[in-house]
Amino acid sequence: MRGDAGVVCFPLTTEEVQHCVRIAGRHGRAVVPRGAGTGLAGGAVPKDAPVVVVTTKMQQVEVDRDRRLVWVQPGVINLDLTKQLRPDGFHFAPDPSSQQSCSLGGNVANNSGGPHCLAYGVTSAHVVAIEVVLGDGELTMLGGLDPEPAGYDLRGVFVGSEGCVGIATRIAVRLTPNPPAVATLLADFVEPADAAAAVSAIIAAGVVPAAIEMMDQRITQVVEAFVGAGYPTDAGAILLVEVDGLPGGVAAETALVDEVCRAHRARSVRVAADDEERMLLWKGRKTAFGAVARVKPNYYLHDTVVPRTKLLDVLRQVYEIADRHGIIVMNVFHAGDGNLHPLLVFDAREPGVLDRVHDAGEEIVRASLDAGGVLSGEHGIGLEKQPFMGWQFTTVDLDAQARLRDAFDPDGRCNPAKVLPAGSRCGDLQHLDDSRRRQLLDDGAWV
Amino acid sequence: MTATDQSRAGAAQLGRVVRDPILLAFADEVGAAEAGPVAVEGGRTQWEVGAPDVPTAGPGDVRLVRAPSGVVAFEPAEMTVLVRVGTTVAELDAELRPSGQQVALEGFEPGATVGGVLSVGRSGITRLGHGPVRDTLLQARYVSAEGLLVTAGGPTVKNVTGFDLCRLLVGSLGTIGLLGDVLLRTRPRPQHSGWWCGEADPFALQDQLYRPTSLLWDGTRVWLRLDGYHADVADQAAVAERHGLAACEGPPVLPAGRCSVDPGALRRLDAARREAGGFVAEIGVGIVHGRWDGPRPTPPDHQVRALHRRIRRAFDPTGRLNPGRDPLAASQPITAGQEASR
Repeated sequence: MRGDAGVVCFPLTTEEVQHCVRIAGRHGRAVVPRGAGTGLAGGAVPKDAPVVVVTTKMQQVEVDRDRRLVWVQPGVINLDLTKQLRPDGFHFAPDPSSQQSCSLGGNVANNSGGPHCLAYGVTSAHVVAIEVVLGDGELTMLGGLDPEPAGYDLRGVFVGSEGCVGIATRIAVRLTPNPPAVATLLADFVEPADAAAAVSAIIAAGVVPAAIEMMDQRITQVVEAFVGAGYPTDAGAILLVEVDGLPGGVAAETALVDEVCRAHRARSVRVAADDEERMLLWKGRKTAFGAVARVKPNYYLHDTVVPRTKLLDVLRQVYEIADRHGIIVMNVFHAGDGNLHPLLVFDAREPGVLDRVHDAGEEIVRASLDAGGVLSGEHGIGLEKQPFMGWQFTTVDLDAQARLRDAFDPDGRCNPAKVLPAGSRCGDLQHLDDSRRRQLLDDGAWV
Repeated sequence: MTATDQSRAGAAQLGRVVRDPILLAFADEVGAAEAGPVAVEGGRTQWEVGAPDVPTAGPGDVRLVRAPSGVVAFEPAEMTVLVRVGTTVAELDAELRPSGQQVALEGFEPGATVGGVLSVGRSGITRLGHGPVRDTLLQARYVSAEGLLVTAGGPTVKNVTGFDLCRLLVGSLGTIGLLGDVLLRTRPRPQHSGWWCGEADPFALQDQLYRPTSLLWDGTRVWLRLDGYHADVADQAAVAERHGLAACEGPPVLPAGRCSVDPGALRRLDAARREAGGFVAEIGVGIVHGRWDGPRPTPPDHQVRALHRRIRRAFDPTGRLNPGRDPLAASQPITAGQEASR
């Protein structure tokens, strides 16, 4: 994805962000906030020469242990924050695979997830308050330190809004206590179908592990050759399951996960013996995307969510689609919450390959929606999935989202080219008589 | 076939077009803007919240409607439940119980409906362990001020597609739209659950416990709820007992009145206020039940007030949805008199 920036600013303070936004406004330019630039949907890619406000130099951290929260500026790196909190026995729960380089401002904009969000929730569940510079340069505070601030949950609206309603300049996030006990299991299956069925069975048995990650044979082999994580390269699929909490529950859930996996024909289930082995198992998972460079120089990583019980069904379609288009596909994903990440691997120098990659990707998105899924679980919509928004939402649904966005940013200054496709605003909806309304309802409101 | 036709055909196949006749009938009952002001009624257990101008007996000339009820689909292996919001929280809980699951909506009065609890957005006393009410909502289908059915959010447990209208709906007191049905996240029911109480320093206790479910304090006494596996509850109970707590019946009767305060203010409460009591505070959360004359949060600034006006006007230009209710007024403490009139 190529961008077209007008001016690029690197503010250090909230006031400087306000100045950038006001100056952009005076010159009739839009503002595009940008963090570390690790986003995969193009949400921070500038279009039409806007003022790009890069927040990477805003790095302050203030830990408030009494309130069990920390105020951060948006440029703070996700993993740096967790490392800083570790000696006090806390961490920041969302842990996207890019956590070594992605920033908190970006995490807020995308409502980022990560493997451990299965049990701990995505970014929205961890953000308490956000200081925001609005599209007109004015400053406000959304949410608050008290649990039920007056009025609409504007904090909740801001999280995941992809820079389209303002720029976060200070963020209060909750400290999550480190669990007293952790067990990481590696289960090895001949058949991917059995691995997928085991995922549903674990959840149905009443266990919500901290994480359930699935890797298919192709990615397992590539990763093993890259980092030597101890993965079985002849497995059809592996599951990486982590349970954490107090020791009694960890022991009970470890035994239950082991039993469920074996009941679903796992060849072996190994519990990491120590922290070193545990970290190695995770290192394999977290470096998976880097490892594919050994196969082909380029990849396109998709991100859809399907109901957990439809995982296998959709996974089969993903392989079929990729095969039909002659593209190598590898799967490494958050199976516990049904969040698929098909990785289409290719060499962009090959003539015509990009068209095939895009066609295959579009079909994968379609298959996920057909199974009752959604367009994105954690990467966002940005520019990438704008054209598909009408597959998930009716025009009436999109109009409601556009009203919310416009209420925040009436002049369309903040990242205007993103998320909602053109034509999302349906002005005549506000002036319906009853017969027209009736007709829209009968049509399912696909106007 | 045009692109729109394709969308429509695709959506119908996906079941995304709302074809539930019960929801369509609810949309018809609400009607278009010309049908005039309309207010939605649940179990009336939190009727006074954010309603400075709404008489407690009924909203004058405003037409009263009730949301449809019934559990539509419960999927234990997905850990989600689709429920029409006129269903009471108690009915929903009874439906989930045999599967060993629950929704994190706990501690509400009998008769409280799912729609009422979400529209008011106040969490129960297990928020410390189970999270706030707002985090349970995955998808909502609501009737807009134009009488149309709108879908917010999505049907999966994880979703960042588009702007998060679900967060806007929770706590909006029905001023954005009238909820029809919702898809809620469920959670495993704990194997064991119990209360411990006694005189103790709740902050020292909090520092030594791992993710307790509820920690309440009246300035002198502490009530602690622990949920989980037997062995873990026993371990945590041993910690509590070292602080002077003993197994007891819980929770305590909560005094009338409720306000939301900075949890840090509870820690810094002076001795005179602690000893005067008259409150039960949720430690680690910041909800105070009863009398509170300590510091209150800063009121919303003028930008937030302007955002509220613009959002409300955008979703309900004629002001027909639940007139007289003001989400910004919802943080006003309910007086003992109002509480008694429920």
